[in-house]
Amino acid sequence: MTEEQKIQNPSTDSNTAVIEIKDLHKAFGTNEVLKGVNLTVNKGENLVILGKSGSGKSITIKCIVGLMGIDKGEINVFGTDITKLDNTGLNEVRVRIGFLFQNAALYDSMSVRDNLGFTLKRHEKDLSEEEVENQIKEILDNVGLVEAIDKMPSELSGGMRKRIGLARTLILKPEIILYDEPTTGLDTITSREISELIIEIQKKYKTTSIIITHDMPCAKLTGNRIMILKDGVIHAEGTYEELEKSEDEWVRSFFL
Amino acid sequence: MNATLTSKKESITIYLKDTFNDIGKVTLFATRFFREVLKPPYEMKEFLKQCYIIGYKSLPLVTITGFIMGLVLTLQSRPTLAKFGAESWLPSMVALSLIREIAPVITALICAGKVSSGIGAELGSMKVTEQIDAMEVSAINPFKYLVVTRILATTLMIPLLVIYADAIGVIGGYIGINIHGDVNLYRYLSQVLESITFSDIFPATMKTFFFGFFIGMIGCFKGYNAANGTESVGKAANSAVVTASLSIFIIDMIAVQLTDLFL
Repeated sequence: MTEEQKIQNPSTDSNTAVIEIKDLHKAFGTNEVLKGVNLTVNKGENLVILGKSGSGKSITIKCIVGLMGIDKGEINVFGTDITKLDNTGLNEVRVRIGFLFQNAALYDSMSVRDNLGFTLKRHEKDLSEEEVENQIKEILDNVGLVEAIDKMPSELSGGMRKRIGLARTLILKPEIILYDEPTTGLDTITSREISELIIEIQKKYKTTSIIITHDMPCAKLTGNRIMILKDGVIHAEGTYEELEKSEDEWVRSFFL
Repeated sequence: MNATLTSKKESITIYLKDTFNDIGKVTLFATRFFREVLKPPYEMKEFLKQCYIIGYKSLPLVTITGFIMGLVLTLQSRPTLAKFGAESWLPSMVALSLIREIAPVITALICAGKVSSGIGAELGSMKVTEQIDAMEVSAINPFKYLVVTRILATTLMIPLLVIYADAIGVIGGYIGINIHGDVNLYRYLSQVLESITFSDIFPATMKTFFFGFFIGMIGCFKGYNAANGTESVGKAANSAVVTASLSIFIIDMIAVQLTDLFL
């Protein structure tokens, strides 16, 4: 780990596994995408998953929140196998997990305020309107976009949408955040800003994260550990520096 | 020759499989609606918003079509009735035709075009842009918020729009009659009301609840199950209109048969 990363990335608790995936299999018809994925994410850690397009990175994190069913395996989140939970049990786990979608997935028909308030009001029913408003403003302040509170998603740029998406994810103060390609489609400067925001969130909210990305600067900046997915299994694992010097040419090709 | 026959057989088999598969999926979707509709929490605010969009926002369109229906029906029927010297039956005939058949079916078809396609496109686009998934991962039940509210709103609003279209159609009929004659409004309305009985209004209104339910359900089903990609949004909207329109005719046919049997 470089000195820069040591400063930026907070330390992780390597003893407590928050997410533990064992022998995960997922197929779509005859196309078997995941063929036995095993991974562990420790408390406070940022795990980056790399891999070619279509290798099953996004599917893996969608399985973690129960958006997709699995064919075989175990997904333990906070010590509970979520594949065995009913909808109520799954929702109890989901409240503790934030998910940033590739295109932010903001609700088009709602303003930024309503996008954030929609989730908050449903889970924090005791909050007064004023408290809801204050929390929305506080979260927007954290992502540096208080001025966008009354804007509609269609009025936001790609980077702003990602930030608002992140704010909506943060509003329930999740312990885990899953980022699906957080910097895709953004310019270099905005990508770096988003990556720095991910680090800030990790520090401030003590979150555990899985970051799916193709953006190597983002992976370098945000990841405490990197895993590379190939042919439906974890092909390589290590820090950025370790993998950069890997003897496997295919692994090294990611870092060129 | 044999190869052509085999490929035709195969395509028919695939078509039938897909059709039954779709029927199964729609049935499961409807079952889920009935299971979720009574379970709290109730999305009252969204339901009222949908009532406003589906009901109030459709008023201009229903007003124009309702008025034209009444006017045209009167103008078209008048010469034929005049031939038999039965011109005085015109108000009763127009009112009965409108209330029993024309207004419910035409209004439902207009709403299938406007509302069902709108719901199909909206939910389809939400699905494609992962907004439905975003609700689900936030532990919010998207089916309850998006589907239940819309189906309930169409089930309630379409009958109200039909009743409104009936009234506007009757006014259109009055204007139609007065283009070629001079009939007093009071006399016209008295004749209209005298000719309408419970057995005209009740089955006609009951079937509109089914029209509304199917318009909402088909729009929601097509949108909620849209495949990935923007193309599927258009397909969902288009398919919603076609299927909803077809289902209106089928429901109407069944309703007419049942009315004949029981009333």
